[in-house]
Amino acid sequence: MESLKKLDKNLVSRMYEGMLKIRHFEETQSRVFRAGEQEGFTHVYLGEEAIAVGACLNLNPDDFITSTHRGHGHMIAKGGDFKKMMGELYGRTTGSCLGRSGSLHIADRSIGMLGANGIVGDGNPIAVGAGYSILLRGTKQVVVSFFGDGATNQGTFHESLNMAASFNLPVIFVIENNGLSCGTITASVCKVLENLGDRSVAYGIPGENIDGMDVVEVYQTVEKAVDRARAGQGPTLVNCKTFRHHGHFEGDIDIRDEADINEALSHDAIKEFEERMLKECLITQQKIDEEHKRIQQLVDEAVEFARNSPLPKPEDAMKFVYAE
Amino acid sequence: MREIMHRDALREAIAEEMRKDEHLFLMAYDVGKYGGEHRISGNLYEMFGDLRVKDAPISEQGIVGCCIGAAITGCRSIVEIPFMDFMPLCMDMIVNQAAKLYHMFGGQMNVPMVILTAAGGYIRAAQQHSQCFEAWVAHVPGLKTVMPSTPYDAKGLMKTAINDPNPVVFIEHKKLLPMKGEVPEEEYEIPFGQADIKREGTDATIVATSYTVHLALQAADNLQKKGISVEVVDPRTLVPLDKATILESVKKTTKLVIVHDAHVTGGFGGEIAAIVADEAFGYLDAPIKRVGAKWTPIPFPSVMEDYVLPGLDDIEAAVREVVG
Ligand SMILES: Cc1ncc(C[n+]2csc(CCOP(=O)(O)OP(=O)(O)O)c2C)c(N)n1
Repeated sequence: MESLKKLDKNLVSRMYEGMLKIRHFEETQSRVFRAGEQEGFTHVYLGEEAIAVGACLNLNPDDFITSTHRGHGHMIAKGGDFKKMMGELYGRTTGSCLGRSGSLHIADRSIGMLGANGIVGDGNPIAVGAGYSILLRGTKQVVVSFFGDGATNQGTFHESLNMAASFNLPVIFVIENNGLSCGTITASVCKVLENLGDRSVAYGIPGENIDGMDVVEVYQTVEKAVDRARAGQGPTLVNCKTFRHHGHFEGDIDIRDEADINEALSHDAIKEFEERMLKECLITQQKIDEEHKRIQQLVDEAVEFARNSPLPKPEDAMKFVYAE
Repeated sequence: MREIMHRDALREAIAEEMRKDEHLFLMAYDVGKYGGEHRISGNLYEMFGDLRVKDAPISEQGIVGCCIGAAITGCRSIVEIPFMDFMPLCMDMIVNQAAKLYHMFGGQMNVPMVILTAAGGYIRAAQQHSQCFEAWVAHVPGLKTVMPSTPYDAKGLMKTAINDPNPVVFIEHKKLLPMKGEVPEEEYEIPFGQADIKREGTDATIVATSYTVHLALQAADNLQKKGISVEVVDPRTLVPLDKATILESVKKTTKLVIVHDAHVTGGFGGEIAAIVADEAFGYLDAPIKRVGAKWTPIPFPSVMEDYVLPGLDDIEAAVREVVG
């Protein structure tokens, strides 16, 4: 593992802050959801924070990301506003989508977050299109598409990688390989699960298999991919091995062995990053405690904000069917 | 006035709009040098180059998804799905993404794109190249559904479709594409939701769509000789639907026959019948008749296909029945 001292100090603190933001947001989200404060269902990103944060730290505000059903982390990493997000999760008019789509479709066009998606695998072709639009408009933007190991077995994965490769598009495909496809262990339905990045060979593009629990490794791998993309050298596939803390959705059963879960939980991305920072004297325990407190307070404020925000009018369901 | 074919009228519309908007592109397999499976794109590739007239892999989901991604990031596009029978492959993208994003994201992103396809039988193309799925499409809020029957309508509606800020499914017919009709040299648009009375009459109304408009007109000619005066109404767009013109015609003639080459069961004719029954029941002097494909897949040989698809005899019989 590389010394954090080699990295820009500011970058290290942004890595830490980004992961903490997702952690606190999602732990709170899990709690308020399970307490029955929100309707519907919700998938949280706990455990996978290093991927969204490491990847998005390479992006500019006008770059794009596409997301999945597990999209809160992506949105936070891309600069999402806690209040607009909680507003959305509570189905309130202050939400980024005016409270009309909730957890599953959280989106914020103003920060290039093109939407969480309820259809597994559909983010990839949309990312390809954002890439095509970049080509046509002649800008230097890039697109990062996040998706799970489960989504790699959709036809859209193949179609998208082939198109992005053939059209030489500035798209970085990031697999969040937690080994789970809802209630199915992906390894039982996918022979190459461990090194999904090798699938890149089939499309003639670079592929990487990395430790998705190491925010630095994610950052540096995606940095190379983004540089290539901006230089007009086309797409990259990055397979990030990771571990998800919770079951598929909040309140769902967990099909993994408890012993395996406990073993994995002992290698938490954030805890290990804190230990690294402490060991290298980049932070003090007191500062760590303060950071946790500061960010939790931001989340608490967002929850209060959402709770006190108005519900949409029923008839507003009829709005936004067609653009004028 | 000059006469040109449907396919040429469509190409003219596309070319005129592509000249005005450098971020408008056409994407599908075979649209490039080859000139399109139905020769719609023709020389557009020579006119606008590879980036804007883009040959794609045979990946319907990928292509439609790509155009959606481009739409929400500042471009417009026309996708060609050469046979409507292939549309089920990308129905997910059309229904779950294109039709939904504007509503889901609270108006943050709209999806301006045209999905151009050719439906219909009468060309001995057998079970997998003869279908009409307009009722599937018209069932989904967020989509607009266009079905022209003449080159004049095709051109004017295509220009409106391209400039519409929403996903438009533009349904051509394989029998119509080589058919000629009058088209002025100057530019024009035809607004959506305006039916066209293709022939005036007093004894019965036929509402027909796409190629069957021509069958209805021929049937009306034949019936005229027997003293029955038939009005032929072509809705031109199913969504939005010009209910007023249909209702007005039925109130005048007091009899209604609906014709399409889609299957009768679950076809859009049922919707029109229901509207008329609901809003003009008191004016009807006979039960509403629907004429369409019999309840079997469309077979290859002419002896079978002509039996299954609606023909002149079927239409004339239906009119004679309602006229009594
Ligand atoms: C097309 C489609 N099929 C199935 C589902 C139901 N579903 C939702 S998430 C999911 C598992 C996705 O697994 P993965 O892509 O690995 O993401 P993860 O949940 O592990 O983050 C399934 C089967 C769906 N939403 N969409």
